[in-house]
Amino acid sequence: MEIISIFILCIPLFMFLLLGLTGMKMSHKLAGILGCLGMGTVLVLSYWTAFSYFFGDFYTAGGDRAALVLWNVDWLAFTQNLVIRLGFMLDPISAMMLIVIPTISFMVHLYSMGYMEGEKGFQRYFAFLSLFSFSMLGLVVATNIFQMYIFWELVGASSYLLIGFFYKLPSAVSASKKAFIVTRFADLGFLLGILILSFCTQTFDFIDITSCAVANYDAGVASFTGPFTGILTSFSGMTFLGASTLTWALVLIFMGGMGKSAMLPLHIWLPDAMEGPTPVSALIHAATMVVAGVYLVARLFPLYLLEMSAMNIIAIVGCITAFYAAVVACTQIDIKRVLAFSTISQIAFMVTALGIARPEIHEGLGFMASMFHLFTHAMFKALLFLGAGALIHAVHSNNYTAMHGLRKYMPVTHITFLIGCLAIAGIPPFSGFFSKDEILAAAFENHWFWGAWLTMVAGLTAFYMFRLYYMIFWWKEHDCAHHTPHDAPMVMSIPLIFLAAVSCVAGFIPFGHFVTWNGANYDIHIVGWVAITSICVAVLAILLATKMYIKENPLPDRLASTFNGLWTAAYHRFYWDELYMWITHKVIFQCVCRPIAWFDRHIIDGTMDGFAKVTQWTSWQIRGLQSGNVQFYVWIYLVGALALGTIAWICLL
Amino acid sequence: MFCCGVYGFITRKNLIAILISLELMLNAVDINFVVFNRFLYPGQMEGMMFTLFAIAIAAAETGLAIAIIVNLFRWARNIDIRDLNKMKL
Repeated sequence: MEIISIFILCIPLFMFLLLGLTGMKMSHKLAGILGCLGMGTVLVLSYWTAFSYFFGDFYTAGGDRAALVLWNVDWLAFTQNLVIRLGFMLDPISAMMLIVIPTISFMVHLYSMGYMEGEKGFQRYFAFLSLFSFSMLGLVVATNIFQMYIFWELVGASSYLLIGFFYKLPSAVSASKKAFIVTRFADLGFLLGILILSFCTQTFDFIDITSCAVANYDAGVASFTGPFTGILTSFSGMTFLGASTLTWALVLIFMGGMGKSAMLPLHIWLPDAMEGPTPVSALIHAATMVVAGVYLVARLFPLYLLEMSAMNIIAIVGCITAFYAAVVACTQIDIKRVLAFSTISQIAFMVTALGIARPEIHEGLGFMASMFHLFTHAMFKALLFLGAGALIHAVHSNNYTAMHGLRKYMPVTHITFLIGCLAIAGIPPFSGFFSKDEILAAAFENHWFWGAWLTMVAGLTAFYMFRLYYMIFWWKEHDCAHHTPHDAPMVMSIPLIFLAAVSCVAGFIPFGHFVTWNGANYDIHIVGWVAITSICVAVLAILLATKMYIKENPLPDRLASTFNGLWTAAYHRFYWDELYMWITHKVIFQCVCRPIAWFDRHIIDGTMDGFAKVTQWTSWQIRGLQSGNVQFYVWIYLVGALALGTIAWICLL
Repeated sequence: MFCCGVYGFITRKNLIAILISLELMLNAVDINFVVFNRFLYPGQMEGMMFTLFAIAIAAAETGLAIAIIVNLFRWARNIDIRDLNKMKL
């Protein structure tokens, strides 16, 4: 298993180097096949690893699943205790991610062979995909928080490279810069959190931290100021600006997660990131990278349990984001923007589920539900994005005003897209229903308010997804005379069909047997009244969407003009981008940068210019001394030597 | 003798004369070496050796200087140092 785990990380890295360095000499086809082969191998190896972990005999004495560290190499030693290691950890959530990431990545590789055909820089695209897969795999198997941080940044960098893939489009360039800067800004918080945490605990290691946190939790010290035991002792009683240091560390770490997972104040980069190629959106900005924030919180979950205030912040941020993104998604025109906002909303679901998870409620059901939703969401959202890619490929436009009535022309895309919509809306046999139902059950158990709020958002989700669906596939087409759209080629249809099949059956996986917060076995049971309520809400929302959008009618426009203010605000995403622009341009640039620039130009540059001017002036004054007359020089030399000799002589006397 | 050399070096206009003054200074130093060696450290020979070296180097250096002067004369038809100030800024 050790050897194989090394290969899981090394093959994508090798592929990146191979395709990146020698790709220009290859044909497009060879590069694509090499990329797919590499990812396929990783897929097989990581499936093998994950399955042998889940079905192998890796249990603690108490019968819970144990975390396994396959290898752990010292990389950088700061002090005796504080050592950065690079390693490979297998525990329930990382094993689950080892299934999700290679699956989606392989599907996207395959799909890209068709989607990106003939694009300039095809080899570069596959090289970046491999780099991304490498960094994402490194992130999920990290044994310590610093390794996670390293791969976290690598993931951000490869996301930047892929969003800006069409680097000739100014919008793609600015979107990639925006994504990089916003997530970097959030990572600043992450780094500060890591520093506080490692300074107080003297370790980076996840297992050390979480096992100590679990011990503390079991001893019942989940309180504001401790007293903690073990390596958390130094957190006891330490406060800063009215909150305990542990809360600060956890909230700052969560800030990094907010940036990557596009939670509310830092969500602005994700909709713009849709400028990248669509398969990239499916892989990075829907299924894998954006759930890194959720994964991070899940990784440190026992630590978060010790600080209820941090948990509440997470839950509130998640709730607000889920609602906000769902409302905005109802008004967008661009099909990928709708999917982007729906991604934000669904990730916020997972974040909320983590925030409301408590071990005493159904043995930490929220945690399991969040991970379950992560799994199913990755599958059906990748499916929806790839379907959207097939539509864009056929129609050559992102706006669904150009797409009406496609169900006759693209049957495969139509059916798979419908399955994706049903899954995300939470209709029973499809996977989204099961995971969402677990989240809702956990939310209702915590407090009825969370449950009601999330049920409402789930209704909105069903509404906007079916609005999208009807407008693409059902409205009468306006003008398609110039060419008839048709289904995508086989290499693009296979991933769609596969992901649709997974979305149909993934809900029946007994997820509680595999992934729970402490590794203990948990039997999923559907809570009847929660399930019925959520199905009713979803069906009502779908019926409403059917009424409004099944064919072109004036009803939506009338509604929009009735709630004109609300509709315009939602259409402009509640002016978050404008707010950011105002803050950066008017406040930061005008009030901070201008004075600093003035100071730099006039005071610092002025001083330096002054030095230069004085030197120049002096040199002009004394240039007459260099007359070219050697004897004059000797004369001066002689006088100088005599003078020095005299001074030395006087001093010696 | 050294001071004679210095005076000549500064005041003469002819390059050959300047070179002769330079030799004068060197020889003065050589004599100093020999004499001080003889009177201060009679048992040692470093001063003598230095002088021998200095004489040899002075001979080579004089040859070089004469060559330069000859070339200068060919180029400028003149060896007056006051007129040779082309290196001035």
